[in-house]
Amino acid sequence: MIVKEGRSVFKGVAIGRIFVYRRVQKAVSREQTEDTAAELQRYEAAKGKALEQLKGLYEKALREIGQEEAMIFDVHQMLLDDPDFNDSVHDIIENERMNAEYAVFMTCEQLAATFLNMDDEYMRGRAADVKDISGRVISILNGTQVSPEAMPEPVIILAEDLAPSETVQFDKSRLLSIVTQKGSANSHTAILARTMNIPSLVMTDIEPDPVYHGRKAIVDGFAGLIYIDPDEETMAKMIEKKGRTDAQRALLQEMKGKETVTKDGKHIRLYSNIGSVQDVDAVLENDSEGIGLFRSEFLYLGCDDYPGEELQFEAYRTVLSRMGGRKVIIRTLDIGADKQIDYFDLPKEENPALGFRAIRICLMREDVFRTQLRALLRASVYGALGIMFPMIISVKEIIRIRKIVEEVRLALERENIPVGDFELGIMIETPAAAIISDQLAPLVDFFSIGSNDLTQYTLAIDRQNPSLDAFFDPHHEAVLRLIQLTCENAHRHGAWCGICGELGADMELTAKFIQMGIDELSVSPGCTLELRKRIREC
Amino acid sequence: MKSFTYTVQDELGIHERPAGLLAKTAGAYKSVVMIDNGTKKVDAKRLMAIMSMGVKKGTTVAVTVEGEDEDAAASAIEEFFRTNF
Repeated sequence: MIVKEGRSVFKGVAIGRIFVYRRVQKAVSREQTEDTAAELQRYEAAKGKALEQLKGLYEKALREIGQEEAMIFDVHQMLLDDPDFNDSVHDIIENERMNAEYAVFMTCEQLAATFLNMDDEYMRGRAADVKDISGRVISILNGTQVSPEAMPEPVIILAEDLAPSETVQFDKSRLLSIVTQKGSANSHTAILARTMNIPSLVMTDIEPDPVYHGRKAIVDGFAGLIYIDPDEETMAKMIEKKGRTDAQRALLQEMKGKETVTKDGKHIRLYSNIGSVQDVDAVLENDSEGIGLFRSEFLYLGCDDYPGEELQFEAYRTVLSRMGGRKVIIRTLDIGADKQIDYFDLPKEENPALGFRAIRICLMREDVFRTQLRALLRASVYGALGIMFPMIISVKEIIRIRKIVEEVRLALERENIPVGDFELGIMIETPAAAIISDQLAPLVDFFSIGSNDLTQYTLAIDRQNPSLDAFFDPHHEAVLRLIQLTCENAHRHGAWCGICGELGADMELTAKFIQMGIDELSVSPGCTLELRKRIREC
Repeated sequence: MKSFTYTVQDELGIHERPAGLLAKTAGAYKSVVMIDNGTKKVDAKRLMAIMSMGVKKGTTVAVTVEGEDEDAAASAIEEFFRTNF
């Protein structure tokens, strides 16, 4: 087995045989000619044919890839039609009495050199475009142009480098992967590979040597590796990896852009749980409809001291802006119990799960709480914000929270800092909150059921303790009844009710939750599309 | 003759695709359109020539338009610079 490393431009796994692609390039002959008119005519005919081909490639790319990527072939047509290019070719044929191939070759060399000498990386890259169009004309002239359709089965292309015109003319149904020795992550080929969803490597440590032709290989676009003649173990591992990504991609194709509705036509809000600003990428990739739980702890865990208002504001604003008007529910600081932070200097407790944590810390340390609320309210103008408070057990707590929120809002108003609309909600994760949810619902816009803690507190089972597994039942009737009660009480008082704990992603319970009237399910981004599929079956 | 100056805002400068569109825009008029970046003066109807100037972000170029349709051409080309570069 040979393993070579490259730079991945698209994540995915491809398994197949290698097709070594080499440009058929005959040396350009240099011949004197007497009949310059005939040479000019040969050139014009070849150029006409090349323009026609480029037009075809433009249309193919437009159809199969998109406007942005197709534009390159429009530019290529213009370059080939450019007066400077043509004047030079004509000049060499007429005045130096040279053959057409040589005239095109020399013109290309001169123009490419102009670009290569520029102190701008982007412009240096344009030399490749000049070579691409010139090469096309020359190969038409000397009859070396071959159709690249000669691939007998879907293959992994191995090449030194590929011009965009070469990449696009491969039959896509036979293209598993592209591996190039040269190229860059921003080359046209890399962009095309990404748009075409083909796992591909550039700048790979491998020569496009014909000895590789026809040999079995695996391209791992996650690790940036190509395995040639893979051993059985690698093959088995990669087949499994490919299966997983293919299934996910198929699901994406099937479910992306579809509405999350039940068979009865009820829309369920399908949201994501995230723990950092970067996670928004995964949220958008998986076509989630919003963020149902944005854990704000990462801001506090990543620091040596309390994170300031600006730092927090920037993070919230970024997430809200990137979600472009879709709902973003941010949970206020939830530390204590299993999440400890040094600078908070929290006392050691006998029983941290039942101790000083979450909203209890915020209400005792109002300065910390107010900083977070100021940042949240300032960010509210950038999207559809919901603020959610964890570990609530009483009406008194909500009244106190609402008073503080109102004070923060007024203070910002006095400073002429704009505050937008936002929703206020609470986590239902204690049996107490679920049982008095009829009293809590009128005070909030929404409930979000934190099923992990609700289960742990209802069953009095520590989830971290594996010796209790025999007693643990994630579908315990007591928990399900509390969820039902919470949902009913929310609706009775005009609030909406969602689930953001692990149970939300439990497909065995999806039908039951929908029956209960649950309005929202918030799960990790990777589960989104599978759950959408399940909801559409209910 | 009409003329205007423009300072390029685009991160990539006057790059390939919009340069092609610029040449097309200029080519639609009878007037002679020249772009001067201070060291080189080129015909705006010629794509290779425009690209070979290598105009970067922050560079100020002077554009002159001369011919029977210079009024229309100058305003169209100035508008093109504002929206694309």
